[in-house]
Formats: sequence, C-alpha cells, structure tokens
Amino acid sequence: MAGLYDRYSSIVYSVALRVLGDTGRAEDVMQEVFMQLWRNPAAFDANRGSLAAWLAVIARNRAIDALRKRRPESNIEDVVVAADLDLESDAARKIAIEKVRGVLGGMPPEQRRAIELAFFEGLTHTEVAAKLGEPLGTVKTRIRSALQALRKVMA
Amino acid sequence: MAVHEQFADDLAIYAAGSLAAQEAATLEQHLETCPDCRRELEALRGDAALLALSAAGPAPPARSREKLLSAVKKEPRRQRMVLYHARPWWAVAPVAASLALAIFGLFLWRENRNLREQQAEMQQKQQSLVAELAKTQHESEQAREMLFMLTSPEVQKVSLSTNKNAPQPAGKAMYLRTKGHLLFMASNLAPLPNSKTYELWLMPMSGAAPMPAGTFMPDEKGGAMVMNPPIPPGTQAKAFAVTVEDAPGSEKPTMPMVLMGAGE
Repeated sequence: MAGLYDRYSSIVYSVALRVLGDTGRAEDVMQEVFMQLWRNPAAFDANRGSLAAWLAVIARNRAIDALRKRRPESNIEDVVVAADLDLESDAARKIAIEKVRGVLGGMPPEQRRAIELAFFEGLTHTEVAAKLGEPLGTVKTRIRSALQALRKVMA
Repeated sequence: MAVHEQFADDLAIYAAGSLAAQEAATLEQHLETCPDCRRELEALRGDAALLALSAAGPAPPARSREKLLSAVKKEPRRQRMVLYHARPWWAVAPVAASLALAIFGLFLWRENRNLREQQAEMQQKQQSLVAELAKTQHESEQAREMLFMLTSPEVQKVSLSTNKNAPQPAGKAMYLRTKGHLLFMASNLAPLPNSKTYELWLMPMSGAAPMPAGTFMPDEKGGAMVMNPPIPPGTQAKAFAVTVEDAPGSEKPTMPMVLMGAGE
C-alpha cells in the first residue's frame, strides 16, 4: 500500500482538490479512495487499463459525491476505464500532463468551460447549458468533441 | 467501432459524469445490451481520465501517508479465522491436521507459482501490483473454501477403508454436492508401478455409472490427496471408491476396489 500511495497519491489528491477546493476534504477523499482499493483490490482490472487513469476517474467521482454530500453513486468495480497509454512512470505522466494542458489551452474558451463545469464541478449537462446560456445540443457536442480532442492528441 | 450514433453524445457526457438522470437511465438500459457502446464508454472514461490529469500537481500533506498506512493496518484484508469454529469431528480426526497442512502447503505453492508468473508480468506492464493483490485474494478465497469443506456441517464426509488390521489403506472423502467440491485424502496406500495409477470414483445416487473423480499416486509414505476433480455441481453421491487402473486412468473402474465407502 505504501508503494501505491507513493506513486499515485498525488494524482488522487490533486483531482479531489481541484473538485473540492479544500485541502482537508481532498485528503479525506484520497484516504477513502485508497481504502476502497485496499478493501477490494479486485475492483481494478489491470488487463483493461492503467491504474493511474482508473484512480483519477474514481477520485473525481468520489470528490463529486463529497461535493454534493451524497452517497457514492457507483461501485468502484463497475467503473472500467480503458486507457491505452502509459501513465505509470513519472516521466511519461509529466509528458501526458503537458499534452493535456496544451489541448485544453488550445480549446475555444466556451468549450473548455463546458467540459470543466461538467467534469470538475459535477454539473449535469442541462445545468451546464443553463449556466452558459447555450442550447443543450451545443453543450453536448462541445463536451463530446472535447473528449475526442484529448484522445486524438494522446494517440 | 459500431457505436450507435444516437448515443454518441450521451456516452461522452456520461463518461464525464455529467449526463442528467433521465438520459442516464435510458443510456444505461442500452449499455446493458450493447458491448460496442460499453467499450466506447470505457475508452471515453480513459479520455476523461486525461482531463483529470490536467489537475495534477499538488501533493497531499505528509501526514496523510502515515494516516493511510495506520488505517490499513487496523483493517486487515478479509480473512476469517475459520479454524476457531472447528466442529468436534475435526478435533478427533488426526487426518484433518495433516490435511490442513497439506492445503496450506498447496496454497503456499500456488501462491508462490502465482507470484512468479506475476513477477514476469510486472516487468512487462509495471502495474500488476494490484492484479497480484487480486489474485492472492482469489487464492485465499480458494483456501477459505477448502477450510469451509473441513468445518461445515453441510459437507458430506465419507470414510473409506478395508476394515483390516493396521496399517491398512484408508481414505476420507469430503464432498459438497451443491458446489461439486470434493476433497479426498488417503493413507497407507501400497506403491504402484509407473504403468498403474490409483483412481477415485464417485458412485452416483441415481444409479448411473461410476464417475471418474481423479487419479493419484501415493507419496513414499503411502499418502495421497485429490482436490476438486471436475464433478458437475449437484451430482448426488451414494458412495466413493478407489481402484487401480492402467495409467493414465480409465473411464470405467476395474475390480477389485482398493477402498470403498458409503455416505455417512
């Protein structure tokens, strides 16, 4: 567990902190994510993708649950993340982070805002549309093409 | 990939964790029957993970490492001390102690083999730490099932012997019909030439032909064990028997029976 913590705690913590904006609560979420993995290591399917990517998604989901003060919506073993990329070494991860930030920086601001409201603030797509004063269809397309852009740059 | 175009936007929004409840319910229903869309969802979650990475940077406070490790220490992995619930028959059966040792040995051997395989895998993928934990958990699950076999009152226990003076060949079969689990252990078996093998048989309650339940050779002390031969779950057993067959084993028992025993 110490090895896992040393390697992945920063990712889990950063994601939770980005969502919650509070170091104490982010620490609690991180603790919970690692304890869940400890209790149920089979929840992560190593054949399907990278542990870093899986932990990042689980951390985001748990942080949103904490933000909304609701019970966890999904079991961690139901969340399968297929990521065909190497995020396990520090060097590879740094390169990936830079690429991702490059893609986000190059996006039209309204598109970036839509995907960030959805992912990091946990708004539903209808809430995003209302907040940005844009049609639902436009918001949906923006979120989808934002994810597509991320995939393309890592391919 | 043949993703259904009408779900393409919703899949992406669902992967980002942002699809409103009503649409999410419709999509989840579709996902149950559409492997292509499920695969795309998993890939989209990978894309969302990249988005999550954009937040990377801050490190957690130093104290949280200790906090986690001490929480982990307080919460050992799911392990049940089954042995403490042992039934009386267990206490008086000397064979059971060696059986438990044998199972433990087998467990260690399997775990060891497992770890060696996974070491190679780790070099390839550098991420099998968690897979290793999962597999170890699986092995301990198996060991726990075997301990359950030794201690549960549901398990049918059959003693096999020739009723002669000691030391005579003797065997014990433990059979859990509902799961098709069978554990058989024998002692004082005569050595066999390499061209021969002992074979265990399950005599079905239905009166059908005896079913082969595994072949085995005794060790130098005449001991042997058969664990979980392929038996269809639900098969009702009237009796168990052991015969000597030509290696590598037979589909029909050859008389005479070396050991035989009916259910208690």
